Amino acid sequence: MSFQRPLFRHPNLPKNELGFAKADYEGTLSTLCAGCGHDSISAAIVQACYELNVEPHRVAKLSGIGCSSKTPTYFLGNSHGFNSVHGRMPSVATGASMANRTLKYIGVSGDGDSASIGMGQFVHVIRRNLNMVYIVMNNGCYGLTKGQDSATADVGSKSKAGSINPFQPIDLASMAIELGATFVAQSFSGDKRQLVPLIKAAMDHRGFAFINVISPCVTFNNNVGSTKSYDYVRDHIEATATIDFVPHAEEITAQYDPGTETEITLHDGSLLHLKKLANDWDPMDRISAASAMQKARSKGQILTGLLYINEDAKNLHETIESVPSPLNQLDETDLCPGSAVLDDLMMSLR
Amino acid sequence: MKKTNDFVIRFANVNGTGSASANFLFAKSVFRMGIPISAKNIFPSNIQGLPTWYEVRVSEKGYLGRRSGIDLMVAVNPQSLEKDIASVKEGGVLLYDCTKPLYEHYLRPDIRFIGIPLMKLCNEAYTDPRQRQLFKNIIYVGALAELLGIEFNVLEDLLAEQFAGKEKLIPYNVQALQMGVDYVRENNLNIALNVERRDLIGDKILMEGNAACALGAIYGGATMAAWYPITPSTSVAQAFESYAEQLRIDPVTGQKKFAVLQAEDELAAMGMVIGAGWNGARSFTATSGPGVSLMNEFIGLSYFAEIPAVLIDVQRTGPSTGMPTRTQQSDLTEVAYASHGDTKHPVLIPSNPKECFEMTALSFDLAERLQTLVVVLIDLDLGMNDHVSEPLKWDDSRTYDRGKVLSADDLDRLEKWGRYLDVDGDGIPYRTLPGTHPQKGGYFTRGTSRDEYAKYTEDGKEYKKNMDRLLVKWETTKTLMPSAELYQSAYQSDTGLLFFGTTAYAATEAMERLEAEGGQLDAIRIKSFPFGPEVEDFIRQHKQIFVIEQNRDAQMRSLLINELDTNPAKLIPILNYDGMPITAANIVNLIQAHQPITS
Ligand SMILES: Cc1ncc(C[n+]2csc(CCOP(=O)(O)OP(=O)(O)O)c2C)c(N)n1
Ligand code: SF4
Ligand SMILES: [Mg+2]
Repeated sequence: MSFQRPLFRHPNLPKNELGFAKADYEGTLSTLCAGCGHDSISAAIVQACYELNVEPHRVAKLSGIGCSSKTPTYFLGNSHGFNSVHGRMPSVATGASMANRTLKYIGVSGDGDSASIGMGQFVHVIRRNLNMVYIVMNNGCYGLTKGQDSATADVGSKSKAGSINPFQPIDLASMAIELGATFVAQSFSGDKRQLVPLIKAAMDHRGFAFINVISPCVTFNNNVGSTKSYDYVRDHIEATATIDFVPHAEEITAQYDPGTETEITLHDGSLLHLKKLANDWDPMDRISAASAMQKARSKGQILTGLLYINEDAKNLHETIESVPSPLNQLDETDLCPGSAVLDDLMMSLR
Repeated sequence: MKKTNDFVIRFANVNGTGSASANFLFAKSVFRMGIPISAKNIFPSNIQGLPTWYEVRVSEKGYLGRRSGIDLMVAVNPQSLEKDIASVKEGGVLLYDCTKPLYEHYLRPDIRFIGIPLMKLCNEAYTDPRQRQLFKNIIYVGALAELLGIEFNVLEDLLAEQFAGKEKLIPYNVQALQMGVDYVRENNLNIALNVERRDLIGDKILMEGNAACALGAIYGGATMAAWYPITPSTSVAQAFESYAEQLRIDPVTGQKKFAVLQAEDELAAMGMVIGAGWNGARSFTATSGPGVSLMNEFIGLSYFAEIPAVLIDVQRTGPSTGMPTRTQQSDLTEVAYASHGDTKHPVLIPSNPKECFEMTALSFDLAERLQTLVVVLIDLDLGMNDHVSEPLKWDDSRTYDRGKVLSADDLDRLEKWGRYLDVDGDGIPYRTLPGTHPQKGGYFTRGTSRDEYAKYTEDGKEYKKNMDRLLVKWETTKTLMPSAELYQSAYQSDTGLLFFGTTAYAATEAMERLEAEGGQLDAIRIKSFPFGPEVEDFIRQHKQIFVIEQNRDAQMRSLLINELDTNPAKLIPILNYDGMPITAANIVNLIQAHQPITS
């Protein structure tokens, strides 16, 4: 079931520059379990789009299958959405982007959706550097099919039923860095202060932006012994940096200390301001990002924040050199070579 | 007495030795002499080293199906020589490389052996081993030209066309041709077959079905192709890309008005097609049976979520380790009913390159009009062999049917809009594309757990209502599909032949033969699924119908029984499924065995 929100909006609600209230970025009421991490991520997406002055109809939301993949109904109610098939959101998003490169694409997936059934597509969409935001709502289990271990469950993690996961986890963020994703971040559904600027930066990034968000499943994987529970994550979280997102239109007033602070200019001129917490990590250096991840893991920490960014890589449209106008808007004049050309071609076949 | 313009010649080569272009040169020279030919590649699933054959049927009568019985064998592969000799028809001719003598026990008293020392001639003329290999092929083409009476300047012209831009290579090739000609002359060789110029080709072309489908996709306005390599469909996507590189480049910026993506697998290929279709671009994929198997879940999504998509299935024999390089019509039921749940899909079934072009172009109109997946179903024989065909034609006044897509203005005018609401009574709802309107027309796409307004529901009544509307749409589909071809203006017999796709070539020839033996027959060629009223009528009006197809399970027959409630006893299966294109003799024998047709 899904429930429509009341249509009535208080006239004095604050509006963003486009005249939209935050409520305009919401979707139908969530039907996920109360306390599910996924709902907090939806709220962060709403907040980010509101603050970023995104035109809702210029965004398309796509997902696979799972509790996580249901969430696109719960944000951006005026945007087109597509709840596709299990593990295959990347290919659908790729096709959609090929049809119209001028829209923003937000893909939502789960750890089952991306790290198991959809691993092939996850890997290949990174390789192609598709211009999209890809969020994995990672709860270490299959929520929608009632709590089976997923491939991101840590070895030794205990399920609600009491069994211990014997298999090594797949670390999606490390893997994304390894595969050359051009924006890789990790966060926690319970840390809105970090998550919102990360989503904003990801939406402004021109290329594949991956955010792995640890998002506890309160119903099946929030027990003692689970490494994806709220308590465990809060105790083991370690941020790379604090993050401020400064939109391109805004005047920069703050003074930054060049030693520990880094500024990254995104393609549209927006700035990401990072106050680094780890000195041997440089977000523009893939090797140091990968090693920071490994070090954190060996200490049992979950490293969060922006991990790696590369603003210079070509995205898929740039690589294949497609025209700037959307392919779905080309008409017969653009597409059909006409009878004279065909007649000439026929000559060569006689 | 010479047999003129009516024989089968087979070339036995080693895969990967450059024989394909020499053999095509031969086939095209006969075509240029104004005589219909049909050419078949018979090749292994291998890149280099295994035997491969190329068969050309020369038929003044215009029979374009395969004929068994080899009149002339050009045997240049020692590996398969013994088998090749054995396969020549009694009274036939074997042309071989006599640089080394033949084993005694290979000899047959009932055929003629003509030896040409190909290797020796090459070794004397060339030092480079690659040249020795390549020109050996050209030398035998020269020898054949002289033996059969093919005009030398026809071959010269063809070489000049083939090497346009690489003119340096022309004299070498002409010289090799001449070596073959000279050898035949000097040794007074001759055979009882010949080619005589005719004027039977007119403006017809020689083309592969895959290339014609690719051109159909270009003319039909496809902007996205996603694919994964699989024989025999690979050349569809490759031809699309190369035509697009010629015809779809922005003249000012050099940028592309198309996207071709080689996907990670067929699942992803179909996902991309569906994503693009959802977002309003004409898109397609090309694959073969195993790829269709992988696409099944997405095919269902296209059906239920009502998303335009085009799938070109070039059928082959069996699984990956079946006979992937042999032809068959065995994906019929697979594509007609692909996927989970209650699903069925429109299928277009061309028989020749012209129809490949037209039906592929049409498939995009149908997919967008009907908001569903449309299949273009061909086979290896049509896709990868050159066929004599009417030229492809395009009407410049033709516009694309983009189907029921609402613009921002439409949305402003509309009081209410439901994505799955049947306003027109044809079962086809109106859709919107992302990015159209700031406030209106956004909706959430999912399978069937939604109502007519695309709002989430798992109410069984809503599900059933939607499934029933899809049946209304299925009825509309029937009115838009190309009608079957009837081979008579009025029925003359109570016995009918029914066939489709490449089976048509042999079936029409078989029909002529049966009629020559005194039988009266009616015939129909199915061009699409679901079937139109003309198919139903044909079945109703005939007592018995021979359903001729190239698969084991009589799949078309099953579809007819299933869709039209036909009495199965009326439909007699005539089947061929050995991986080779069906022959008229095969059909005649099976029909005669079932029920002798005489006057
Ligand atoms: C082809 C296919 N296989 C299996 C399923 C059943 N299924 C639905 S959701 C799901 C797992 C989802 O797990 P995850 O992606 O982690 O999402 P979560 O529910 O945990 O957010 C599975 C296996 C399916 N829908 N489709
Ligand atoms: S089952 Fe778990 S993941 Fe699914 S909605 Fe409930 S808490 Fe969230
Ligand atoms: Mg999960």
